[in-house]
Amino acid sequence: MTERIIIAGSGGQGVMLLGKVLAETAMLEGKQVTYLPAYGPEVRGGTSHCMVTISDEEIGSPYISQADTLIILNNPSLEKFKGKLRNKGLLILNSSLAKSESSGKTCLCQFPFTDMAIKLGNIKVANMVALGCYLSARKTLKINDVLQVFKIMAPAGNLRILEINEQALAEGAGLNHG
Amino acid sequence: MKKDKILISGNEAIAQGAIDAGCNFYAGYPITPQNEIIAYMSKHMADSGGVSIQAESELAAISMVYGASAAGARSMTSSSSPGISLKQEGISYIAGAQLPAVIVNIMRGGPGLGNIAPSQSDYFQATRGGGHGDYRLIVLAPASVQEAYELTRLSFDLADKYRIPVMILGDGILGQMMEPVELRPKTKTIPQKSWALSGCRGRKPNIVKSFFLREGALEEFNKTLQKNHQIISKNEIRFEEINLSGAKVVLVAYGTMARIAKSAVAKLSSNGKKVGLIRPISLWPFPKTAFNSKDKKLKYLTIEMSAGQMVEDVRLAVNGRNPVEFLGRSGGGVPTEEEIINKVKKLL
Repeated sequence: MTERIIIAGSGGQGVMLLGKVLAETAMLEGKQVTYLPAYGPEVRGGTSHCMVTISDEEIGSPYISQADTLIILNNPSLEKFKGKLRNKGLLILNSSLAKSESSGKTCLCQFPFTDMAIKLGNIKVANMVALGCYLSARKTLKINDVLQVFKIMAPAGNLRILEINEQALAEGAGLNHG
Repeated sequence: MKKDKILISGNEAIAQGAIDAGCNFYAGYPITPQNEIIAYMSKHMADSGGVSIQAESELAAISMVYGASAAGARSMTSSSSPGISLKQEGISYIAGAQLPAVIVNIMRGGPGLGNIAPSQSDYFQATRGGGHGDYRLIVLAPASVQEAYELTRLSFDLADKYRIPVMILGDGILGQMMEPVELRPKTKTIPQKSWALSGCRGRKPNIVKSFFLREGALEEFNKTLQKNHQIISKNEIRFEEINLSGAKVVLVAYGTMARIAKSAVAKLSSNGKKVGLIRPISLWPFPKTAFNSKDKKLKYLTIEMSAGQMVEDVRLAVNGRNPVEFLGRSGGGVPTEEEIINKVKKLL
């Protein structure tokens, strides 16, 4: 099994963190993993992205020219990366900020991650709603292991941060993929 | 579940590798895509009892390393392509003074200020010395974050053993990419340096210099340098080889490029194609001995993120016995698995 994931959104939406949580969880599960961030002049409002490859075998290129999955949090990122999704690939889309017509070429999951995060009380956790949505659609990694990684990565002494991220992940995982 | 590994970038692994190797002096000047090295050293060197300085320029940083090495420190500097060009005067002096030092180049696109995309276009500069005069550096090219950690540790030992500057040559992808890494215990014993300028009370003063004005003195000194180079060429060749037996085409690539080549080899092999890979790990000394196939029909295909630099060393090693083809992209372009596969199919 090799899963190539491109995560993209606006600078500030937490796409790097989403990628790192995926990578840390894959490492926790003893899988091979590479995480490659965009390191150009990414700014708030522009587009920012990272590439995560998870595999049972040695990973060649950490750069992804054809993705199995796109996790897209805003419209400029959708325009930039939709061409990189393989045929029948999975598109996880934040419909609060971007929309796509479903077609036979992609497996589309679009939900309003940003609006859901606002309802939870913190717009910043839209990334974790998207992560929950992805993991329930693809089951690359176990939700329980992601929760473990949250505990390792969350700033010490701020239980509320941890809780709201856990809630966001659960909300995303509970979405109906049809 | 594995808990003994940590997820860090290639740059961070190089910095941690240096600290674990007992590096006690670092000086650098920021430049993308290697900023995590200087940031990591600034944060962690003090805890391990070392000194980390953000110098006022690249020239100052390499000159500080020159001084620290002369005084017996395990010292390192790092930069990316344009910054490494600025350091060449100091690197030549360090080589001329027979001092150990570790220099990290996380290459980006050039020439000039270029761009910040990954590249391998400083191969000539790295493997031919880079500055003025008759000298070489040992050049090591890691292809994974774990190997970046290991080779950085090794580079300090080689630098001390042969009293020669060692360069770690990576590219922007290797520096920025994160992978799980297993750290090893710190190096405990660092060899005594009887030649170092450590204060001469009770002994004869040592002299460290790269200036030999007396007639014939420099020629004589350079012979000792060349002799050292010969010993290194014999002892310190490193490479990895895959699927060489029966191969019709052998890919040659180093660093990040070798990983992409390895994926292409796996895909081609699973389709029954006879394709192998030679991955030079030491770029100088170049692993000439790896190119010893008796099969005259065998073709080599060198793949680089450059317009063709290592391919010249491959041609020297093959010495006309086999055809040597080239696939490369310059200015930040990275040849893809598909491009490699298409090229190999044309050669088969």
